[in-house]
Amino acid sequence: MWPLYEIFIRTKNGLEHRHVGSLHAADPEMAIENARDVYTRRQEGISIWVVESKHIAASNPEQQGELFDPAKDKIYRHPTFYKLPDELENI
Amino acid sequence: MKDTLYDYLLILGDNPLILGHRLSELCGHGPTLETDIALTNLSLDLFGQVRSLFQYAAAVKGGNATEDSVAFLRSERGYKNAILLEQPNIDFAHVMVRQFLYDAFNLPQLEQLVKSKDKTIAAISAKSIKECRYHFRFSSQWIRRLGGGTEESHRRVTNAINVLYPFADELFNETMAEQKMKEVGIGADLAKIKPIFVNEINETFNEVGLKVADIAPRIAKGKEGLHSEQLGHILAELQYMQRAYPNMQW
Repeated sequence: MWPLYEIFIRTKNGLEHRHVGSLHAADPEMAIENARDVYTRRQEGISIWVVESKHIAASNPEQQGELFDPAKDKIYRHPTFYKLPDELENI
Repeated sequence: MKDTLYDYLLILGDNPLILGHRLSELCGHGPTLETDIALTNLSLDLFGQVRSLFQYAAAVKGGNATEDSVAFLRSERGYKNAILLEQPNIDFAHVMVRQFLYDAFNLPQLEQLVKSKDKTIAAISAKSIKECRYHFRFSSQWIRRLGGGTEESHRRVTNAINVLYPFADELFNETMAEQKMKEVGIGADLAKIKPIFVNEINETFNEVGLKVADIAPRIAKGKEGLHSEQLGHILAELQYMQRAYPNMQW
Protein backbone atom coordinates (compact mmCIF):
# COMPACT_ATOMS: atom_id res chain seq x y z
CA MET A 1 0.00 0.00 0.00
CA TRP A 2 1.14 3.52 -0.76
CA PRO A 3 2.23 5.70 2.16
CA LEU A 4 -0.10 8.25 3.71
CA TYR A 5 0.36 11.97 3.09
CA GLU A 6 -1.07 14.89 5.05
CA ILE A 7 -2.47 17.63 2.84
CA PHE A 8 -2.37 21.36 3.54
CA ILE A 9 -4.22 23.86 1.34
CA ARG A 10 -3.92 27.63 1.22
CA THR A 11 -7.29 29.05 0.20
CA LYS A 12 -6.09 32.49 -0.81
CA ASN A 13 -3.05 34.74 -0.72
CA GLY A 14 -2.20 35.98 2.74
CA LEU A 15 -3.82 33.09 4.54
CA GLU A 16 -1.89 30.18 5.99
CA HIS A 17 -1.91 26.62 4.67
CA ARG A 18 -4.46 24.61 6.64
CA HIS A 19 -4.64 20.91 7.17
CA VAL A 20 -7.56 19.52 5.14
CA GLY A 21 -7.07 15.76 5.35
CA SER A 22 -4.87 12.93 4.20
CA LEU A 23 -4.59 10.58 1.26
CA HIS A 24 -2.42 7.82 -0.18
CA ALA A 25 0.18 8.37 -2.89
CA ALA A 26 3.30 6.67 -4.19
CA ASP A 27 5.46 9.81 -4.11
CA PRO A 28 5.17 13.52 -3.21
CA GLU A 29 4.35 14.57 -6.78
CA MET A 30 1.49 12.12 -6.94
CA ALA A 31 0.34 13.34 -3.53
CA ILE A 32 0.12 16.91 -4.90
CA GLU A 33 -1.83 15.71 -7.94
CA ASN A 34 -4.16 13.60 -5.85
CA ALA A 35 -4.66 16.49 -3.45
CA ARG A 36 -5.45 18.75 -6.38
CA ASP A 37 -8.11 16.32 -7.56
CA VAL A 38 -9.53 15.41 -4.17
CA TYR A 39 -9.38 18.71 -2.29
CA THR A 40 -9.35 21.58 -4.81
CA ARG A 41 -11.87 20.58 -7.45
CA ARG A 42 -14.33 23.20 -6.21
CA GLN A 43 -11.77 26.02 -6.26
CA GLU A 44 -10.79 25.56 -2.62
CA GLY A 45 -7.16 26.45 -3.03
CA ILE A 46 -4.29 28.25 -4.69
CA SER A 47 -1.42 26.35 -3.10
CA ILE A 48 -0.83 22.83 -1.83
CA TRP A 49 1.67 21.43 0.65
CA VAL A 50 2.05 17.71 1.20
CA VAL A 51 4.08 15.91 3.82
CA GLU A 52 4.37 12.22 4.39
CA SER A 53 2.47 11.46 7.58
CA LYS A 54 5.41 9.59 9.14
CA HIS A 55 7.42 12.82 9.22
CA ILE A 56 4.94 14.48 11.55
CA ALA A 57 5.89 14.24 15.22
CA ALA A 58 2.76 14.28 17.33
CA SER A 59 2.02 14.79 20.99
CA ASN A 60 0.94 11.73 22.90
CA PRO A 61 -2.75 11.74 23.89
CA GLU A 62 -1.81 10.06 27.19
CA GLN A 63 0.26 13.11 28.09
CA GLN A 64 -2.62 15.52 27.67
CA GLY A 65 -2.67 16.14 31.40
CA GLU A 66 0.90 17.26 31.80
CA LEU A 67 0.94 19.14 28.50
CA PHE A 68 -2.29 21.06 28.59
CA ASP A 69 -3.84 21.04 32.04
CA PRO A 70 -1.36 23.52 33.60
CA ALA A 71 -2.77 26.27 31.32
CA LYS A 72 -6.26 25.78 32.69
CA ASP A 73 -5.94 27.98 35.79
CA LYS A 74 -4.01 30.77 34.07
CA ILE A 75 -6.95 32.69 32.75
CA TYR A 76 -4.91 35.92 32.98
CA ARG A 77 -3.22 34.82 29.76
CA HIS A 78 -6.43 35.56 27.86
CA PRO A 79 -6.72 39.21 26.87
CA THR A 80 -10.23 39.43 28.26
CA PHE A 81 -9.61 41.99 30.99
CA TYR A 82 -9.33 45.04 28.82
CA LYS A 83 -12.19 47.39 28.14
CA LEU A 84 -12.06 48.30 24.47
CA PRO A 85 -13.29 51.74 23.44
CA ASP A 86 -16.33 51.53 21.14
CA GLU A 87 -14.54 53.50 18.40
CA LEU A 88 -12.05 50.70 17.88
CA GLU A 89 -12.79 48.58 14.87
CA ASN A 90 -11.37 45.40 13.43
CA ILE A 91 -10.27 43.86 16.70
CA MET B 1 -15.73 26.27 -46.38
CA LYS B 2 -18.49 26.02 -43.79
CA ASP B 3 -18.66 22.25 -44.27
CA THR B 4 -14.90 21.97 -43.96
CA LEU B 5 -14.87 23.98 -40.74
CA TYR B 6 -17.66 21.75 -39.42
CA ASP B 7 -15.67 18.62 -40.28
CA TYR B 8 -12.59 20.09 -38.65
CA LEU B 9 -14.51 20.85 -35.45
CA LEU B 10 -15.69 17.24 -35.41
CA ILE B 11 -12.10 16.00 -35.67
CA LEU B 12 -11.10 18.31 -32.81
CA GLY B 13 -14.13 17.39 -30.70
CA ASP B 14 -14.55 13.67 -31.29
CA ASN B 15 -11.12 12.81 -29.89
CA PRO B 16 -11.90 14.22 -26.43
CA LEU B 17 -15.49 12.94 -26.65
CA ILE B 18 -14.49 9.32 -27.20
CA LEU B 19 -11.49 9.47 -24.85
CA GLY B 20 -13.67 11.12 -22.21
CA HIS B 21 -16.21 8.35 -22.60
CA ARG B 22 -13.53 5.68 -22.16
CA LEU B 23 -12.32 7.40 -18.99
CA SER B 24 -15.89 7.71 -17.71
CA GLU B 25 -16.21 3.93 -17.94
CA LEU B 26 -13.62 3.79 -15.15
CA CYS B 27 -15.71 5.84 -12.74
CA GLY B 28 -15.93 3.70 -9.61
CA HIS B 29 -13.37 1.24 -11.00
CA GLY B 30 -10.10 3.17 -10.59
CA PRO B 31 -7.20 1.27 -9.01
CA THR B 32 -7.33 3.51 -5.93
CA LEU B 33 -9.86 6.05 -4.67
CA GLU B 34 -7.51 8.93 -5.50
CA THR B 35 -6.77 7.68 -9.02
CA ASP B 36 -10.45 7.06 -9.61
CA ILE B 37 -11.25 10.69 -8.84
CA ALA B 38 -8.30 11.86 -10.95
CA LEU B 39 -9.45 9.89 -14.02
CA THR B 40 -13.00 11.17 -13.66
CA ASN B 41 -11.63 14.71 -13.45
CA LEU B 42 -9.74 14.20 -16.69
CA SER B 43 -12.94 12.93 -18.24
CA LEU B 44 -14.91 15.98 -17.08
CA ASP B 45 -12.23 18.33 -18.43
CA LEU B 46 -12.49 16.61 -21.80
CA PHE B 47 -16.29 16.80 -21.89
CA GLY B 48 -16.08 20.52 -21.10
CA GLN B 49 -13.84 20.97 -24.13
CA VAL B 50 -16.19 18.88 -26.26
CA ARG B 51 -19.18 21.02 -25.25
CA SER B 52 -17.45 24.23 -26.34
CA LEU B 53 -16.39 22.71 -29.65
CA PHE B 54 -19.79 21.17 -30.39
CA GLN B 55 -21.71 24.31 -29.45
CA TYR B 56 -19.60 26.04 -32.05
CA ALA B 57 -20.02 23.16 -34.52
CA ALA B 58 -23.81 23.33 -34.08
CA ALA B 59 -23.75 27.08 -34.74
CA VAL B 60 -21.63 26.53 -37.86
CA LYS B 61 -23.98 23.83 -39.10
CA GLY B 62 -27.10 25.92 -38.41
CA GLY B 63 -30.65 24.65 -38.66
CA ASN B 64 -31.79 22.55 -35.73
CA ALA B 65 -28.31 21.38 -34.77
CA THR B 66 -27.42 21.53 -31.06
CA GLU B 67 -24.40 20.37 -29.07
CA ASP B 68 -26.45 17.29 -28.13
CA SER B 69 -27.44 16.41 -31.68
CA VAL B 70 -23.80 16.76 -32.75
CA ALA B 71 -22.60 14.56 -29.88
CA PHE B 72 -25.31 11.92 -29.83
CA LEU B 73 -27.13 11.71 -33.15
CA ARG B 74 -24.52 10.90 -35.72
CA SER B 75 -24.04 7.42 -37.13
CA GLU B 76 -20.75 5.60 -36.64
CA ARG B 77 -19.30 6.75 -39.95
CA GLY B 78 -19.97 10.34 -38.94
CA TYR B 79 -17.54 10.21 -36.01
CA LYS B 80 -14.08 11.56 -36.78
CA ASN B 81 -12.02 10.52 -33.77
CA ALA B 82 -8.68 8.82 -34.29
CA ILE B 83 -8.87 5.07 -33.65
CA LEU B 84 -6.33 5.36 -30.82
CA LEU B 85 -8.92 7.05 -28.61
CA GLU B 86 -11.55 4.31 -28.91
CA GLN B 87 -9.19 1.54 -27.77
CA PRO B 88 -10.49 -0.20 -24.65
CA ASN B 89 -9.35 0.06 -21.01
CA ILE B 90 -7.54 -3.30 -20.96
CA ASP B 91 -5.60 -2.39 -17.83
CA PHE B 92 -4.30 0.76 -16.12
CA ALA B 93 -1.19 0.75 -18.32
CA HIS B 94 -3.38 0.89 -21.45
CA VAL B 95 -5.37 3.75 -19.94
CA MET B 96 -2.23 5.75 -19.20
CA VAL B 97 -0.41 5.02 -22.48
CA ARG B 98 -3.50 6.01 -24.50
CA GLN B 99 -3.76 9.19 -22.44
CA PHE B 100 -0.07 9.99 -22.71
CA LEU B 101 0.03 9.55 -26.49
CA TYR B 102 -3.01 11.80 -26.89
CA ASP B 103 -1.70 14.45 -24.48
CA ALA B 104 1.74 14.51 -26.13
CA PHE B 105 -0.05 15.14 -29.43
CA ASN B 106 -2.76 17.48 -28.20
CA LEU B 107 -0.57 19.86 -26.20
CA PRO B 108 1.52 21.04 -29.18
CA GLN B 109 -1.67 21.03 -31.27
CA LEU B 110 -3.34 23.41 -28.83
CA GLU B 111 -0.21 25.56 -28.73
CA GLN B 112 -0.80 26.17 -32.43
CA LEU B 113 -4.58 26.52 -32.14
CA VAL B 114 -4.43 29.30 -29.56
CA LYS B 115 -3.07 31.34 -32.47
CA SER B 116 -5.80 30.21 -34.86
CA LYS B 117 -7.31 32.85 -37.13
CA ASP B 118 -10.69 31.55 -36.02
CA LYS B 119 -11.30 33.52 -32.81
CA THR B 120 -13.65 30.92 -31.33
CA ILE B 121 -11.22 28.05 -31.84
CA ALA B 122 -8.43 30.21 -30.41
CA ALA B 123 -10.51 31.02 -27.31
CA ILE B 124 -11.60 27.41 -26.73
CA SER B 125 -7.99 26.29 -27.13
CA ALA B 126 -6.71 28.90 -24.68
CA LYS B 127 -9.08 27.51 -22.06
CA SER B 128 -8.35 23.87 -22.90
CA ILE B 129 -4.58 24.16 -22.94
CA LYS B 130 -4.35 24.65 -19.17
CA GLU B 131 -6.30 21.47 -18.62
CA CYS B 132 -4.22 19.62 -21.20
CA ARG B 133 -0.96 20.74 -19.55
CA TYR B 134 -2.17 19.09 -16.38
CA HIS B 135 -3.28 15.96 -18.24
CA PHE B 136 0.14 15.70 -19.85
CA ARG B 137 1.87 16.12 -16.50
CA PHE B 138 -0.42 13.48 -14.97
CA SER B 139 -0.03 10.88 -17.74
CA SER B 140 3.70 11.39 -18.31
CA GLN B 141 4.41 10.94 -14.61
CA TRP B 142 2.40 7.74 -14.59
CA ILE B 143 4.38 6.46 -17.59
CA ARG B 144 7.56 7.08 -15.57
CA ARG B 145 6.14 5.37 -12.51
CA LEU B 146 4.92 2.34 -14.43
CA GLY B 147 8.11 2.10 -16.50
CA GLY B 148 10.38 2.51 -13.49
CA GLY B 149 8.20 0.62 -11.05
CA THR B 150 8.02 -3.12 -10.62
CA GLU B 151 8.80 -5.85 -13.11
CA GLU B 152 5.10 -6.33 -13.67
CA SER B 153 4.30 -2.63 -14.21
CA HIS B 154 7.20 -2.41 -16.66
CA ARG B 155 5.94 -5.46 -18.53
CA ARG B 156 2.38 -4.12 -18.69
CA VAL B 157 3.32 -0.64 -19.85
CA THR B 158 5.62 -2.14 -22.50
CA ASN B 159 2.76 -4.29 -23.70
CA ALA B 160 0.40 -1.30 -23.84
CA ILE B 161 2.95 0.73 -25.82
CA ASN B 162 3.31 -2.10 -28.32
CA VAL B 163 -0.44 -2.29 -28.77
CA LEU B 164 -1.25 1.42 -28.83
CA TYR B 165 1.75 3.23 -30.31
CA PRO B 166 1.08 1.94 -33.84
CA PHE B 167 -2.29 3.75 -33.69
CA ALA B 168 -0.63 7.09 -32.87
CA ASP B 169 0.52 7.61 -36.43
CA GLU B 170 -3.03 8.34 -37.54
CA LEU B 171 -3.06 11.54 -35.51
CA PHE B 172 -0.55 12.98 -37.98
CA ASN B 173 -2.19 11.81 -41.21
CA GLU B 174 -3.68 14.97 -42.60
CA THR B 175 -7.28 14.68 -43.75
CA MET B 176 -8.76 16.99 -46.37
CA ALA B 177 -10.44 19.10 -43.69
CA GLU B 178 -7.23 19.45 -41.68
CA GLN B 179 -5.25 20.39 -44.75
CA LYS B 180 -7.71 23.07 -45.84
CA MET B 181 -8.02 24.55 -42.36
CA LYS B 182 -4.24 24.64 -42.03
CA GLU B 183 -3.93 26.46 -45.34
CA VAL B 184 -6.28 29.26 -44.27
CA GLY B 185 -4.57 29.65 -40.89
CA ILE B 186 -7.41 28.18 -38.84
CA GLY B 187 -6.17 24.65 -38.25
CA ALA B 188 -2.97 23.20 -36.83
CA ASP B 189 -0.04 22.06 -38.96
CA LEU B 190 0.28 18.38 -38.03
CA ALA B 191 3.68 18.03 -39.67
CA LYS B 192 5.10 20.54 -37.18
CA ILE B 193 3.61 18.65 -34.25
CA LYS B 194 5.10 15.28 -35.10
CA PRO B 195 8.76 15.98 -34.24
CA ILE B 196 7.69 17.56 -30.93
CA PHE B 197 5.56 14.50 -30.22
CA VAL B 198 8.29 12.01 -31.11
CA ASN B 199 10.85 13.88 -29.06
CA GLU B 200 8.56 14.08 -26.02
CA ILE B 201 7.68 10.39 -26.19
CA ASN B 202 11.28 9.27 -26.58
CA GLU B 203 12.50 11.50 -23.78
CA THR B 204 9.94 10.16 -21.31
CA PHE B 205 10.38 6.55 -22.40
CA ASN B 206 14.19 6.74 -22.26
CA GLU B 207 14.13 7.95 -18.68
CA VAL B 208 12.68 4.66 -17.50
CA GLY B 209 14.06 2.21 -20.04
CA LEU B 210 10.97 2.01 -22.23
CA LYS B 211 11.11 2.20 -25.97
CA VAL B 212 8.88 2.38 -28.97
CA ALA B 213 8.84 -1.06 -30.51
CA ASP B 214 9.77 -1.35 -34.13
CA ILE B 215 6.22 -2.03 -35.26
CA ALA B 216 4.80 -0.61 -38.46
CA PRO B 217 2.10 2.03 -37.96
CA ARG B 218 -1.48 0.80 -38.20
CA ILE B 219 -3.38 1.90 -41.24
CA ALA B 220 -6.15 3.77 -39.50
CA LYS B 221 -8.74 6.10 -40.94
CA GLY B 222 -10.87 7.00 -37.95
CA LYS B 223 -10.65 10.68 -38.81
CA GLU B 224 -12.40 9.83 -42.09
CA GLY B 225 -15.08 7.81 -40.33
CA LEU B 226 -13.68 4.30 -40.73
CA HIS B 227 -13.48 2.88 -37.23
CA SER B 228 -12.44 -0.24 -35.39
CA GLU B 229 -15.03 -2.62 -33.97
CA GLN B 230 -14.73 -0.70 -30.69
CA LEU B 231 -16.63 2.43 -31.63
CA GLY B 232 -19.97 0.69 -32.21
CA HIS B 233 -19.96 -0.58 -28.64
CA ILE B 234 -19.09 2.87 -27.33
CA LEU B 235 -21.89 4.51 -29.32
CA ALA B 236 -24.42 1.92 -28.18
CA GLU B 237 -23.88 3.18 -24.65
CA LEU B 238 -23.14 6.82 -25.42
CA GLN B 239 -26.22 7.31 -27.58
CA TYR B 240 -28.65 5.09 -25.71
CA MET B 241 -30.64 7.82 -23.95
CA GLN B 242 -31.06 10.05 -27.00
CA ARG B 243 -31.99 7.09 -29.17
CA ALA B 244 -34.47 5.64 -26.68
CA TYR B 245 -35.99 9.01 -25.72
CA PRO B 246 -35.42 11.36 -28.67
CA ASN B 247 -34.89 15.00 -27.69
CA MET B 248 -34.94 14.16 -23.99
CA GLN B 249 -33.36 16.75 -21.71
CA TRP B 250 -31.96 16.51 -18.22
